[in-house]
Amino acid sequence: MSAAKGAPDLVLKATAITRRFGGLVAVNKVDFEIPRGMIAAIIGPNGAGKTTFFNVVAGIYAPTEGHIEINGKRLISPPTGASREPALLLVPLIPFIGLALYFLLVVGGLAGFYEGVLSVVLALLGFVSVLLLTIVRPLWYVRFIKRFGITRPARPNDMVEAGLARTFQNIRLYKSMTVLENILVGAHVHLRSGFLGTIFQTRRTRDEEASVERESRELLAFVGLAGTENEIATSLPYGKQRLLEIARALAGKPQLLLLDEPAAGMNPKETAEMTALIRRIRDEKNITILLIEHDMRVVMGISDRITVLDHGEKIAEGQPAEIRSNPKVIEAYLGRGAASGH
Amino acid sequence: MATATGTVRTERVRGQFFLPAVITGFLALMLGLLGFEQFLNAMTLGAIYALIALGYTMVYGIIELINFAHGDVFMVATFVSIAVSTTLLGQTGAVLDIPTLIISLIVLFTVTIVVMALVGALIERLAYRPLRNAPKLAPLITAIGVSFILQNIIQFFVGPYITNVPQLFSTQWAFTIGESRVPLLNLFVIGSALFLMVVLQLFISRTKTGRAMRTTAMDRDASSLMGVDINRTIMITFLIGSGLAGAAGVIHGLYYGNTTFTLGFQSGLKAFTAAVLGGIGNTAGAALGGFLIAFVEVGAAAFGFGRWGGAIVFSLLVVFLIFRPTGLLGSSTGDRA
Amino acid sequence: MSTLTARFAPLRARSNAYFAQHRSLGVLVAVITIGVALPLISRIPPFGDLQSMNAWVNAFTIAGIYALLAVGLNVVIGFAGLLDLGYAAFFALGGYTYAIVASPFFDIHLPFWPMLIVGALIGAMFGIFLGAPTLRLRGDYLAIVTLGFGEIVPIVLLNADPFTGGTNGLGGVDKPVIPGILEFTLINPWPFYVLMMVMIALVMTVVFRLQDSRIGRAWDAVREDELAAESSGVNTVISKLQAFAVGAAIAGFVGVFNAAKLTIVAPDQFKFVVSISAVAAVVLGGMGNPVGVAVGAFVIYLVQSIFLKQLNTLVDNFNIPVLQEIDFLEFQYVLYGIVLVLMMLKRPQGIFPAKRRIRIFKDTVGGAK
Ligand SMILES: Nc1ncnc2c1ncn2[C@@H]1O[C@H](COP(=O)(O)OP(=O)(O)OP(=O)(O)O)[C@@H](O)[C@H]1O
Ligand SMILES: [Mg+2]
Repeated sequence: MSAAKGAPDLVLKATAITRRFGGLVAVNKVDFEIPRGMIAAIIGPNGAGKTTFFNVVAGIYAPTEGHIEINGKRLISPPTGASREPALLLVPLIPFIGLALYFLLVVGGLAGFYEGVLSVVLALLGFVSVLLLTIVRPLWYVRFIKRFGITRPARPNDMVEAGLARTFQNIRLYKSMTVLENILVGAHVHLRSGFLGTIFQTRRTRDEEASVERESRELLAFVGLAGTENEIATSLPYGKQRLLEIARALAGKPQLLLLDEPAAGMNPKETAEMTALIRRIRDEKNITILLIEHDMRVVMGISDRITVLDHGEKIAEGQPAEIRSNPKVIEAYLGRGAASGH
Repeated sequence: MATATGTVRTERVRGQFFLPAVITGFLALMLGLLGFEQFLNAMTLGAIYALIALGYTMVYGIIELINFAHGDVFMVATFVSIAVSTTLLGQTGAVLDIPTLIISLIVLFTVTIVVMALVGALIERLAYRPLRNAPKLAPLITAIGVSFILQNIIQFFVGPYITNVPQLFSTQWAFTIGESRVPLLNLFVIGSALFLMVVLQLFISRTKTGRAMRTTAMDRDASSLMGVDINRTIMITFLIGSGLAGAAGVIHGLYYGNTTFTLGFQSGLKAFTAAVLGGIGNTAGAALGGFLIAFVEVGAAAFGFGRWGGAIVFSLLVVFLIFRPTGLLGSSTGDRA
Repeated sequence: MSTLTARFAPLRARSNAYFAQHRSLGVLVAVITIGVALPLISRIPPFGDLQSMNAWVNAFTIAGIYALLAVGLNVVIGFAGLLDLGYAAFFALGGYTYAIVASPFFDIHLPFWPMLIVGALIGAMFGIFLGAPTLRLRGDYLAIVTLGFGEIVPIVLLNADPFTGGTNGLGGVDKPVIPGILEFTLINPWPFYVLMMVMIALVMTVVFRLQDSRIGRAWDAVREDELAAESSGVNTVISKLQAFAVGAAIAGFVGVFNAAKLTIVAPDQFKFVVSISAVAAVVLGGMGNPVGVAVGAFVIYLVQSIFLKQLNTLVDNFNIPVLQEIDFLEFQYVLYGIVLVLMMLKRPQGIFPAKRRIRIFKDTVGGAK
């Protein structure tokens, strides 16, 4: 389902996203799309629902309503029919338990006993296999259960595979691992070596490891962390930890990068560097960027387009200049009554 | 407008009567299936499991820790109750004089409950509190360690034998309904357990401390901001949970008349299963789960699968974790994608 | 003295760097060194007087079993951060698998060597069976389910007499044979000892390689921050299942050896204490450090089976009635509990904390730094 001719090439298309927490509507019917190559920003007062929107897009929270497409593929929609899924587990049980009952009760005797036990074992095997399917949830399985009206939203790792990567508002590095190992984990989806390859250290595994290590070092150099490879991640100063988190996200070779307040807590110099880095990521790596930021210098400086959320609703969208002079936005930031009350 | 209130009312009516109706139906079914004596037996066992399960569920609700040592607190309580009966009260068998019996039972329950509450709080203070901000695995491992220490302290001092517990409440007293014999002991045991559970529910729902416990369970940071003393609240949770295990220990001793150092392990596992069945963190659910497990176990024994009782209960735990991890009374969270 | 160490410092740095790059070779060298050194140590006076060399070699072999169990459990606890309290069950499954197909009970006699692999596979399979329903839930449910599983397996083994021989278990299990070359016997402990050393080298190599791979890094990430790991593209359920399966496979593997070594399997051998002693070894040695936990297990085994026993004889000589009555062997259980609690409170990283591995970029530096 590629975009129609002439229509812009959308990396992300979110349609009428709503997310409730109990009675609280954190995100309310937000439509959002972002064409390839754009740097877009989401701003809004504290608690506006920006991070929640990110979490929905990244597959961490299922949306209450609405759906999300990445590169024209619908990956996330509200879960439906989830209570029907366990019924699938019973499918392999029914024939084998029937068989077991037949052998144990109808045939009886010692011969029947062994066949009966075997049937029970087979039933269990089938049960666990289906159970594994439901928890590992490969793509073909998701497509299959859709026929029974069971939709499962993509999980964060599925979204990474689809070309999305993100950073967190509160830095979440792998604390006791080294800088390099953090990046290597980020590249996880692009590595293929399995158990046998690893245990026997096949040529393919070794080549893969060597090349991912080289790429990771290049990435570290790209964000300006060359030379820190073997330091423990949390021993880095705060600003560098932010850079590392971005490098880890880049290691997943995303098409769309979500940055949640990348410049938070940084001094002016670091902020300027961060701004430059974000621009370089787009220009040199051709990655579309969506960021949340409170620092208006950053937002106004690099965004091609700004979206404003307030109380979970999109109240404005446009180029920086438009947003700066939008009365609704001013009202949201300065409080009700600052502009003409309604 | 009218229709709206109508639906609200029917829903509330359903909420109020649905569960009791199901429970009554279930009990009737079990009564028919098991016969009166086994039924009473299951109710008594259920009372014990329920009291232990309450401790698991309260602690889990508030600090998300499976307190592996809790079953052993119950086991220690059975030994403490021996000490109280024999040393403090000087009784080794049934007390037939009613006033003495009443006083003895009151002393027995009170002292054991208080001692076990203190033991529980001490464990919390020494072993769990220092790890409040440690990785999740740390208190779990510590709890296992404490469980093992408790078991082996008892084994060390008492020995690995089955020890007799004085049955102060005579097992002979009974009346008959139709064909079946109803020992007063069973009624006493079930009654005192239900009494404690009702007191607990009232405490949690009516007192300030109870409210603090509930808000802390919901959101610890927020309630700390609202001025709830978190450490005190957690300590009280342990006091109450262990006290209830103490009561369960006394009841076990009175009813079965014996104990051994491995008792806590098995009962703990079953009581924990009960807590999961009821919806972990939910006190009413834990009580319900306790009785359910007991019926399963007694039922299994009645139909000749006594040896498999443990395995059946365990399978039940796994089945619940697969199909309804939030338990019977727990609501589904469904937040995560 | 200090000049001497100073002179060797560069050499040590170089060898450290070298073995950091070639860990498998390091394992081989270390296992051979230790394998030769241990029997020699047992000739040195205080140790040599305690028991005969053969008894020592036998004790080391059994200690090796516990060390391997700890290394396997460490994959689950130390790498992936999951608490498995029923580890002995997988050990039992491995043992019974071999005993059923290599004993007079059914009069089947399959060879030992392939059964090592089969035992590992059976272990892994049951690991997945048990992990599947629980691993998507909160981590602590796994602890209780494994605890229950560890409790149930001996009960099932006890009650399924037609397959397992009930209380008595399965006796007369076949010992390994290398056709035409060597038959393992009960009298000579050396073949078992050498086999154990080979198994340690194998398991250590596999574990190190896994740790350094995409799979091992995913375990680390899941342990450190599950949400971040998911957001890095790690399928956390698969990752945890893998850890669980690998741990269980190692237990099954060692279980086969154990059955052949003891020539009998019985439900009693696989009680909760075994699981706990493995957890204690992991906690003592240092979660996440395979060498550390192996040493931890070794120490715990030797302390309980040699030191405590000696303490009994020693105290008996004093003629103090109170002390004579104490059986210090009973202390071993309290010991596990104390190790768990104290280590968690005072030194959660263990005696030998896991260290992150330094990576030297081969393209530019090449070998040692
Ligand atoms: N898991 C959750 N459970 C309940 N409420 C939540 C949850 N996550 C977010 N919320 C609520 O949703 C609302 C939006 O929060 P969100 O974090 O998205 O805001 P934000 O725009 O990112 O704010 P900030 O600028 O402070 O980061 C807040 O009221 C918050 O309390
Ligand atoms: Mg935010």
